[in-house]
Amino acid sequence: MTKNKVRIQNAVTYGMVILFWVVIQVMDKTGHLSSLFKGLLVPLCMYAILAVSLNLTVGILGELSLGHAGFMCLGAFSGAFLTNCLETAVPSVGLRFFMALILGALVAGVFGLLIGIPVLRLKGDYLAIVTLAFGEIIKNLINVLYVGRDSNGFHFSMKDTTSLGMDKETGVVLIKGAQGITGTPRAATFTIGILLLLLTLFIVLNLIHSRTGRAIMSIRDNRIAAESIGINITKYKLMAFSISAALAGMAGVLYAHSLSTLKASSDNFGYNKSILILVFVVLGGLGNMRGSIIAAMLLTALPELLRGLNDYRMLIYAIVLIVMTIFNSSPKAIELRSVVMSKLRGGAKKEVA
Amino acid sequence: MAADSKSVKMADGAVKSGGSAGQAAKAGTVPTLEVKNLSISFGGLKAVDGFNVVIEKGQLYGLIGPNGAGKTTVFNLLTGVYKPDTGVILLDGKNITGRKTIEINQEGIARTFQNIRLFKELSVLDNVKVGLHNHHKYSTLEGILRLPSFYKVEKEMNERAMELLSVFDLDKECDYKASNLPYGKQRKLEIARALATDPKLLLLDEPAAGMNPNETAELMETIRFVREKFNMTILLIEHDMKLVAGICERLTVLNFGQVLTQGETSEVLNDRRVITAYLGE
Repeated sequence: MTKNKVRIQNAVTYGMVILFWVVIQVMDKTGHLSSLFKGLLVPLCMYAILAVSLNLTVGILGELSLGHAGFMCLGAFSGAFLTNCLETAVPSVGLRFFMALILGALVAGVFGLLIGIPVLRLKGDYLAIVTLAFGEIIKNLINVLYVGRDSNGFHFSMKDTTSLGMDKETGVVLIKGAQGITGTPRAATFTIGILLLLLTLFIVLNLIHSRTGRAIMSIRDNRIAAESIGINITKYKLMAFSISAALAGMAGVLYAHSLSTLKASSDNFGYNKSILILVFVVLGGLGNMRGSIIAAMLLTALPELLRGLNDYRMLIYAIVLIVMTIFNSSPKAIELRSVVMSKLRGGAKKEVA
Repeated sequence: MAADSKSVKMADGAVKSGGSAGQAAKAGTVPTLEVKNLSISFGGLKAVDGFNVVIEKGQLYGLIGPNGAGKTTVFNLLTGVYKPDTGVILLDGKNITGRKTIEINQEGIARTFQNIRLFKELSVLDNVKVGLHNHHKYSTLEGILRLPSFYKVEKEMNERAMELLSVFDLDKECDYKASNLPYGKQRKLEIARALATDPKLLLLDEPAAGMNPNETAELMETIRFVREKFNMTILLIEHDMKLVAGICERLTVLNFGQVLTQGETSEVLNDRRVITAYLGE
C-alpha cells in the first residue's frame, strides 16, 4: 500500500518537472516567452536543485544548515576553473561542462564531508551558526584567491596577480581574486537545468526511500533510539550532509556556466542566498521535495514577473511570502484546510448518494 | 568428552524449562549476562554501586526498586550510554564493558525506553525496518540506483518486518505513522523494533508504565510469548508488582544504587527489607 503511494507521489513530482519543461518549450516555440523570462529559466532550475538538496539536510536529516551557498560557491568555482583550464585540451564545450559538473559536485561533496566532521557534532541553533560561518569563510577565501597557469604549471596566491610570479609570455590568470573567473562558456541551458533537477530528484527521492534514507530519518526522529538499535549516527549524518553539499555544488556549476563573469561576491554566494534557499525549503515543507521545487520556482519567478509594478514588487513579494507561510504552516490554517477538504469530500459523497 | 557435552546439553534443557537456572550455572554453562561490581557516580553521587547480576539463557529477570534507585542507570550502563567507573559486563562470556552503544547492540543487547522513543514520523513498518538495518544490507549506491539487490533485500525486509509486526498484532497498522498509534501499541512497536535487531538479551524499561490493567495483562501475555517464541532472555524494570510477580522468575532489588537483595521472585517479594524499603507494609 504505502509502497505504491510513494511510487505515485514520486511519479507526480517527476511528472510536474517534465510538464513544466514541455510547457516552457511550447511557449518558447510559439513565441510567448519574454526575453526576461528566458533569462530566468536556468536560475529557476538552479534554485530548485538547491532547495531539494538543502531539504535533504534540513527536512530529512533534521539539521539546520545555513552554509548552503558556500557549497554552491565551491562547485561553481571548481567547475568554471576546470572548464577554462581544459579549453585547449578538450575542445568540446559540452564535454567540458559535463566534466565540470562532476568535479564541482565532487569538490563540494568532499568539503561537505570535511566540514561536516566538526560541524555535525553540534545541534540545532549552534549547528546553524557554525555552518553560516563556514559558508562565509569559503566565499571570502575564494574572493581573495588568485590562480594562474604558465608553462611551468599552476601558481597560487592570496595577494594579487603579480605575486603569482608567472612567466610573462605563457602566463594566463584563471581566477582573478574579487574579479573572479571570466570567459566561462555559457553552456547552461534550460534543458540541461531540467535534466540536472531530475537527476537531483532521482538521487534524493531514491535515497530517502531506501535503507540509508530510513537510517537518516531515524536519526532525525530519535537519535538515542537509533543508536540503541545499531545505527551508525556519524556515518549517516555525514553521508546526508555531503550528498546535500555535492548536489549544491552541481547547482553551482550550472550557475557558473550561465554567467560570463563569476564572482564570489556576497550577492552571489553570501549568507543571504543560504537563507533564501532555506526559505524555499521551509515554505515548501520540510521533507517535501515537490514543495521545495514549487516554492523555489514561484519565489524566484515572482519578483521578475512583477517587474512592471516596480515600486510595489518587493512589497507584494513579502506579502506573498507571509500568506504562503501562514497557509502552509499555521496550525489554524491546517485545521481549516482539513475541514474544508473533508466537507468537499463529504459533499461529493452525498451527491453520489 | 562425550560425557561433558551431554552435561552441557542437559544444562541447556534445564534452562529452557525455566526455574532451575541456578543449577544450570553450577553445571558450567555461560550465562547470557553476567555483571560484576558495576559502579558509576555522577559528581560524587554513587548512582550505581557494586551492582552484580547473573542472568541465564531464557530467563525472565526483574529489576525493581524505588524511584531514583538507579535502575535505568543500570540499563544505560549495560547499553553503553554511560561508561562504568568500575566493573565488568559479560554478554555470553564476552567482555563488552565500555563499548559503544551501537557495538553493544550488534553484540546482542536491545532495549526499550521508559519514555517511549519511536521514530515518530516513520511508518510502523519502517520503524521495524530500521531495526533490521544491520541484518539486511545493500549499499547506498545500490539503493539510489535501484539495482536488483535493492528489490531483493527490501522484499526480505518487508517480509521479516511483517512477521514481527504480526507477532505483536500490529500488522494491520503497518502503514500508520508511528506517532498515530495508541499508547499500548506504541510500547509493543518499541519491543518489536528492539527484537528486529535479533538480540540475545532484551531490556525492557517499565514496559507497563501508563497502561491500564487490561493492557498490562495483555502485555504480560506478550512478554511471555516473546520469551517462548524467540527463546529470548529478558531483563525488565517494572513498578507494577502484579506484572513482576506474574512473569519474573528472579528479581534483583536496587535501593540507593546498591543491591538490596536478589533471588527467586517469591522469596524476594516476601523479604522484610524489600517490604520496608520499597513495597510498604
